[in-house]
Amino acid sequence: MNVFDIMGPIMVGPSSSHTAGAVRIGYTARQLLREEIKSAKLYLHGSFLATGKGHGTDKALIAGLLGIKPDDERIIQSFDLAKERGMEYSFEGIELKGAHPNSVLLKLEGVRGTQLELVASSIGGGLIVINQIDGVKADITASYPTLIIHNVDEPGHVSMVATILGQQAVNIATMHIYRDKRGGNAVMIIECDQEVTPDTIAMLRSTSGIKKVTYLSMEEEHEF
Amino acid sequence: MSFRSLDEIVSKCEEQKKPFWRIILEDDMEERMVSAEESMKLMEKLYLTMKSADASYDDKLMSSSRLVGQDGARMDRAVREGKVIGGDFIGVVIAKALKMGESNACMKKIVAAPTAGSCGVIPAVLLTYEEKYQVPLERMLEAMYVASGIGEVIAERASLSGAAGGCQAEIGSASAMAAGALAYLNGGDNLSIIHAAAMSLKNLLGLVCDTVGGLVEVPCVKRNVVGAVNAIASADMAVAGIVSRIPPDEVIDAMREVGEALPKSLRETGEGGLAATPTGQEVMKHIIR
Repeated sequence: MNVFDIMGPIMVGPSSSHTAGAVRIGYTARQLLREEIKSAKLYLHGSFLATGKGHGTDKALIAGLLGIKPDDERIIQSFDLAKERGMEYSFEGIELKGAHPNSVLLKLEGVRGTQLELVASSIGGGLIVINQIDGVKADITASYPTLIIHNVDEPGHVSMVATILGQQAVNIATMHIYRDKRGGNAVMIIECDQEVTPDTIAMLRSTSGIKKVTYLSMEEEHEF
Repeated sequence: MSFRSLDEIVSKCEEQKKPFWRIILEDDMEERMVSAEESMKLMEKLYLTMKSADASYDDKLMSSSRLVGQDGARMDRAVREGKVIGGDFIGVVIAKALKMGESNACMKKIVAAPTAGSCGVIPAVLLTYEEKYQVPLERMLEAMYVASGIGEVIAERASLSGAAGGCQAEIGSASAMAAGALAYLNGGDNLSIIHAAAMSLKNLLGLVCDTVGGLVEVPCVKRNVVGAVNAIASADMAVAGIVSRIPPDEVIDAMREVGEALPKSLRETGEGGLAATPTGQEVMKHIIR
């Protein structure tokens, strides 16, 4: 904890969990997709569904998907901005089993056809957690540069990835490994202390057994 | 964060012969590995954002639920027309606290201090004090560090979240932070700072979080007013030499205990207290549809 965890952040109201956290969820989802969003289906759960409208959670999620940050007063106009930019969106209620009260399932499709599905929660004070990505369990706080690597569940891939990152002077802060079944689809979630360069990501992608590499950068977003 | 208690901050001030704010600033420099200038720059940004948020209050806005808005303007008018009992200073503080709370509910930019729901307390008293006494910006930033240091200890020993500790953890904490900052600005020593905070928190002990419809609107906006006015009273008492009979750190511990004892219905669930009144329930039905 530091002074500025107490004083601040600068944000658009009314709620750090229901508004600022919701913007961050949208923004992080967009960063993960790495392209403009063509269509977004949002399924609100729990308190997001019950009190989300009064807190502007719906507008906040859409604002984030448009690349707007939590301290930007355009959040309240996000529905109009989405229309202007041709982003389609829809909202529905859902019951996500065992999920945090402030959760949302997002199904996204980018203008270049990339698809992404994730479940994220706003856990208070503007902090968020991504609990699920493309149907696989995860635990991403979006506070570090994060790699999400889908691979075939066979020996050697984890050490290969760790070696490539080590050679590129990227230190692994945390690493979690999940799989659906033995020999099936596996996912590595790696939070890093340094940014991972596009070259390194390309290297990871071309490694045999690696099926998909998604990267969440902490740097300011650039044009996709 | 290296402080577990307010006493610890005060001892460090005495050992190193440094003011309260400087100890908090140096802690931030160490914690985030930044220079004094970098830390101050960020604090200045927060303070100036509070100022611009106050100045850009829109007296036409209503929140999406239509429960709050426009009351800051009503209060401003009453102050201008001399229709206030507590004089201009308190009148302006009330108006500013309402305005910031309403701006937050209307999705305008604010500074969480320490939370969005309690964002009106600290700017209401600090901005009014600065205007009235023409205080240099640097000294106002020092007061912001004093407030932050108090908030850090409360977060460490108790909580700043309404869902965890009720409204006493949000408005109560903001009020304690504001009281310490005001005591500092008004010439109080280190003990006045922490006793102002203690008295302020004591006065709001037990305050429940009973938001109508679960929204940060009723009663949050007006509770920012009570937090601000309570801070002024507590700072005045402390600088006058009045002390809290229960030591400041013990008061914070009591706040945690009370918070833990509060039923869930009175911790930001929108189920108890004002939220459970017939009118509160009626309002909720309209919001959800």
